[in-house]
Amino acid sequence: MTTTLSPAGAVQPRRRLSRRFEQYTQIGMTVLLLVIMLIVGNLLYPNFTSGQAIMDLLGKNVFIIPLAIGMTFVILSGGIDLSVGAVMALGSVIAASLLQAGWSAAAVIPIVLLAGSGLGLVVGIMISRFEIQPFIATLAAMFLARGLCLVITDRSIAIDNDFFQTLNLAHINLWQAETVNLRGRVRVSDVYTTPSVGVALALLVVAFVVLHYTRFGRTVYAVGGNEPSSRLMGLRVDRTKISVYVISGFCAAVAGLLFAFYTASGDPVAGIGYELNAIAAVVIGGTLLSGGSGYVLGSMLGVLVLATIYAYKEFDGDLNTGWTRIMIGVLVLFFIVLQRLVATRRR
Amino acid sequence: MKNLVGNRLFWPATVLVALLLANFLWNRSFFDLTVRGGNLYGAPVDILRRAAPIVLVALGMTLVIATRGIDLSVGAIAAICGSWASMYIISSADRASVGVVLTAVGVALLMALLAGAWNGFLVSVLGIQPIVATLVLMVAGRGLAQVITDEKILYPDNSPAYKLIGGGYLLAVPFSILIAGGIFALTALLTRKTALGTFIESVGVNPEASRLAGVRARPIIFLVYVFSGLCAGLAGLMLTSNSTSADPNSIGLFIELDAILAVVIGGTSLAGGRFSLAGTLIGAFIIEAMDAFVVIAISARSTDVFKACVVILVCLLQSARVRQWLLNVLRWGNRPTRRDNQPKPPGSPPERSTVQTRSAGSPTDAGAPDTITARST
Repeated sequence: MTTTLSPAGAVQPRRRLSRRFEQYTQIGMTVLLLVIMLIVGNLLYPNFTSGQAIMDLLGKNVFIIPLAIGMTFVILSGGIDLSVGAVMALGSVIAASLLQAGWSAAAVIPIVLLAGSGLGLVVGIMISRFEIQPFIATLAAMFLARGLCLVITDRSIAIDNDFFQTLNLAHINLWQAETVNLRGRVRVSDVYTTPSVGVALALLVVAFVVLHYTRFGRTVYAVGGNEPSSRLMGLRVDRTKISVYVISGFCAAVAGLLFAFYTASGDPVAGIGYELNAIAAVVIGGTLLSGGSGYVLGSMLGVLVLATIYAYKEFDGDLNTGWTRIMIGVLVLFFIVLQRLVATRRR
Repeated sequence: MKNLVGNRLFWPATVLVALLLANFLWNRSFFDLTVRGGNLYGAPVDILRRAAPIVLVALGMTLVIATRGIDLSVGAIAAICGSWASMYIISSADRASVGVVLTAVGVALLMALLAGAWNGFLVSVLGIQPIVATLVLMVAGRGLAQVITDEKILYPDNSPAYKLIGGGYLLAVPFSILIAGGIFALTALLTRKTALGTFIESVGVNPEASRLAGVRARPIIFLVYVFSGLCAGLAGLMLTSNSTSADPNSIGLFIELDAILAVVIGGTSLAGGRFSLAGTLIGAFIIEAMDAFVVIAISARSTDVFKACVVILVCLLQSARVRQWLLNVLRWGNRPTRRDNQPKPPGSPPERSTVQTRSAGSPTDAGAPDTITARST
């Protein structure tokens, strides 16, 4: 232990401290943004942050959560997955068509999950073994999944299975809350959530533990941070890359099931553009699009930001849907430029 | 013979001919052209006409990809331009007037130019990865189109001048084919008869080396995105004009994927560098010929599955590892030498070696510095 006393030495601890917080800059921004958006919403519209409205932020966008979780894994590893929206639709269509053919829910659910994971496996092998760019390989998967949807059915199939119907209608009452309606009357009602939200949050917890407390999770970060170095370090790069696409496919299949629960149907044109929503949620959540840095909880915050934007549209009947998209685009731009600035400063 | 097979356009052209033959076998009247009312009709004309917007977008995409970029926002730009032109024509007093249509087209193309300049600014000045930078406009652009049309589907009918762009005939040939052909010729001329094409390739192969050689990458990258935006805008006008309807949600939906597919089928590598405009043209025709074949031979619903299979197949054929494996299979009996088995150095990009295979005599080679084949990472 040799100590060198240089003028720079005195500055170093402070700099190190700021470095330590620097990695939370982006996620801090996301939290700040979400809080500001909720406050603004509350000022603009009555009951914007009432108990049920807050729970609905999750409840109405529940199928985006798994997509964003899967996308986080892929983007952290330095890739991108454009197929998630189509795989989600495929999941719902497979479920609906098999249920229509008289299969039981206990058989259908594993099949859907296997189909999503299987497609992810194929994509992962294309990317890691055959060195095809993630962007183009998942594009092919998107065409494939969307095409398979249309081959199975060209219209939406209703689901009348008991299990799916039960989940479609199930409410879990959490607490009672008072809301004031437009006439000034106070109404007491149950604040509820759905089992689907529980499934999505459970998936989030699993993803969090896997990413931050397992060897696999650390490998994902390492591969995204610097692939050649992690290869030289002897990490199983190929296996990790395949795994993240399998995870993404699995998550998309879960989203497909949640979509089937939510709408009680399978829709071949569901989820067009959801891959963009998922990517936007991940970016807004502070994950670097070049990989290697970010948090899955940030992506959850990103989903909440998107959900708040949609809530604006819902509370304000006159708002053009176009503005929600423009707002998402502006937010994505803001966070990308922020990432760029942070990256330049680090260098 | 060997020269012919070695040509980059050989395989795409073979596939196209095979597809056309398959179409003919299924439908013997496939090549029948009829002249009705002085205009040309027939299945091949239909394929050309449907391919026209894809050709346009793919031309811009080829140049963008040659600089190692990608432009995901073309569909959204098409939606903005198509929506704006339709809105302007509908809200004008005299829809049939040529002046109104010219103004609509002019302003719409100006918007496309601005959109392209925006992408170019993000990529070349701010240095954001292309896929991310163009994602912004891909998300926001359709929103902008929705704001323009006020979430309605517009029908710019009763305007013969506007209908001409995408659905009309000039000199017995669909006008859209003439537009696409004209832009193709212009692009080919600009990139192959001037140094511009070489500059674009050198920036794509090795930005650092081309900087050392005195090529300024920034304006070139900016320019290709502007060009791509313009092409996309024109394609948007063509699409809305042909269908006489403008739905901001569906104008040019997935056209970026078709365009990228056309570029890749045409033999331009997504890793940037060498590009082939003729290959892109053939790629776009292959997509449409395949669609036509799938529709008559199987069913219209399975076109996407086939498209996916083609993307996978083409990408696998472009993959260095698969090529090596195929070579080993072809040299059946010859065991792979030890050199083949050596692991590639980590991070080494596939297929870089193909860059130098361009015949030495081609005029565009004159100014290309030798250093561009070495890639610094």
